[in-house]
Amino acid sequence: MSDPILTLKNVHTDIAQYHILHGVDLEVPRGQVTMLLGRNGVGKTTTLRTVIGHWQARAGSVFFDGQDITALPTPARARAGIGFVPEDMGIFTDLTVEENMVLAASSAPLDPARLDWIFAAFPPLKTFWDSEAGNLSGGQKQMLSIARAMAEERKLYLIDEPTKGLAPAIVSTMARALKDLKNQGASILLVEQNFSVAKALGDSVAVMDDGKVIWTGAMAELAGSAELQDTLMGLSMEAH
Amino acid sequence: MVTWLLSGDKPRSAILAALLIVILVCLAGAPFLFPGVRSLETAATICIFIVLAASYDLLLGYSGIVSFAHTMFFGLGAYGVALGTTHLGRSFGALATGTLAGALAAAALAFLIGLFSLRVRAIFFAMITLAVASAVAVLVSQLSNITGGEDGLSYRIPRVLTPAFRPFDEEVLGIRFTGKIINYYLVFFSCFALFLVMLRVVNSPFGRVLQAIRENDFRAEAIGYRVVRYRTTATCLSAAVAALAGAIYAIWLRYVGPDTTLSFEIMLDILLMVVIGGMGTMYGAVIGATIFVLAQNYLQNLMGAASEATHSLPLIPELLSADRWLMWLGVLFILSVYFFPTGVVGRLRAGR
Repeated sequence: MSDPILTLKNVHTDIAQYHILHGVDLEVPRGQVTMLLGRNGVGKTTTLRTVIGHWQARAGSVFFDGQDITALPTPARARAGIGFVPEDMGIFTDLTVEENMVLAASSAPLDPARLDWIFAAFPPLKTFWDSEAGNLSGGQKQMLSIARAMAEERKLYLIDEPTKGLAPAIVSTMARALKDLKNQGASILLVEQNFSVAKALGDSVAVMDDGKVIWTGAMAELAGSAELQDTLMGLSMEAH
Repeated sequence: MVTWLLSGDKPRSAILAALLIVILVCLAGAPFLFPGVRSLETAATICIFIVLAASYDLLLGYSGIVSFAHTMFFGLGAYGVALGTTHLGRSFGALATGTLAGALAAAALAFLIGLFSLRVRAIFFAMITLAVASAVAVLVSQLSNITGGEDGLSYRIPRVLTPAFRPFDEEVLGIRFTGKIINYYLVFFSCFALFLVMLRVVNSPFGRVLQAIRENDFRAEAIGYRVVRYRTTATCLSAAVAALAGAIYAIWLRYVGPDTTLSFEIMLDILLMVVIGGMGTMYGAVIGATIFVLAQNYLQNLMGAASEATHSLPLIPELLSADRWLMWLGVLFILSVYFFPTGVVGRLRAGR
């Protein structure tokens, strides 16, 4: 097996005076979807934000593609090949869909073939190509948010709760698009509360609790054991 | 052609387009449409303040950077011309050297301020610019042997740009054509070109990144853009254009002093022009500067006339007395900000 695309070693992160990550150890294999699961407030989003550099790790190391990126600023991490889709979408509402996409392809002009692929995954983006992104619906904004990360080929995608608060029809569109991205061999670290989506997409799983990764294994193993789900997360995820 | 000139950024409102055309025609034909020294002064001031306000809009409206040092950069350009022509003599070369030196000094100072303070939170950046601008204003007034101190500097510009130059014996289109009119067209075309350049900048990929940073700097960083670098570049560019506007103003006035180029009052005027016109639109600078300068110059007369017309009524002539024009200017601004929170341009575009 090849070396992992992302490795976190004993990462500690503080947000203001709060100690959020208490020594996270995590490996994200290449070409796989790794689900980061856990209850609310256990540090999943902070882990993603520590990887992209929004929060700097106070201690520990972050290795990406064989390079120690712990001290790198966020833009350098992005240019190294990490795409990030935040939970709050973070689209530029004053700009058009097109401008959002053009900006997202920061290292080269948008590739037409890639754009066709994105349009096939998210047809509304083609319809509203010239519209201001602020006028899109919630689901369309989320599509744009993910499409932006897909605008360029990235070595690793960090995606934070892409289906949160979306209507079921849009959740399935989103899941299809992510599956498509996965089938192209992308490496993805995905935080997802919707277990049916997580089950369909995930190859491996890391479960967090209290700022640490407490269990890692194959998705199939976790999905097949309600008891394990109960133990790890304090509730059966089948309920979702 | 027009779309190309406007860098694809059309007014997107018929009323706005009509207003802009009226302003452009009036400014282009000002010496002939509104003959007289005062109206020509007003037209030139409008041209210069359009560029100054537009360069401030690049900072405030497009980059989300609040700076109180904009008049300082304006002043640097003006003093550049004044010192250039004082020391190098009465020539176009001296004007160009002074202009270039002023713009470079402004960009260099903006670079230093940006480098040291754009990493900090917006409010601290604003405070730092305020401190530097105050320090420079004090310095200019104290270095009186170089800058003329509070009295400022008067200097001679090439004769072809002064009222003494009369190329034609006959009147042209009903007016006496002097070097002052040539000077006006130098102001007009320079300002027109600078405005189009600014429009090009904000509609370029660079401008889009600035807008993205203004809206969500962390997202822009996460895509791979170096926020501090973009902000610093925008600050330098805006400072250089403000300095160019200052240089044009100095050529027009043939005088610089702290009151005409460095005062905090001008800073507030620019802020109001941008806010009233509409932030982040560029055309807002045109509308804001025009309304503001016209109000500054003619509100007093208008009120004097209104006061006389209502002299038979009780109280109203007192309220409309020409001496109270500043109060009414304030009321006008409060009303315009209240009714047009997104500025005149924002309102016109929303109502399309």
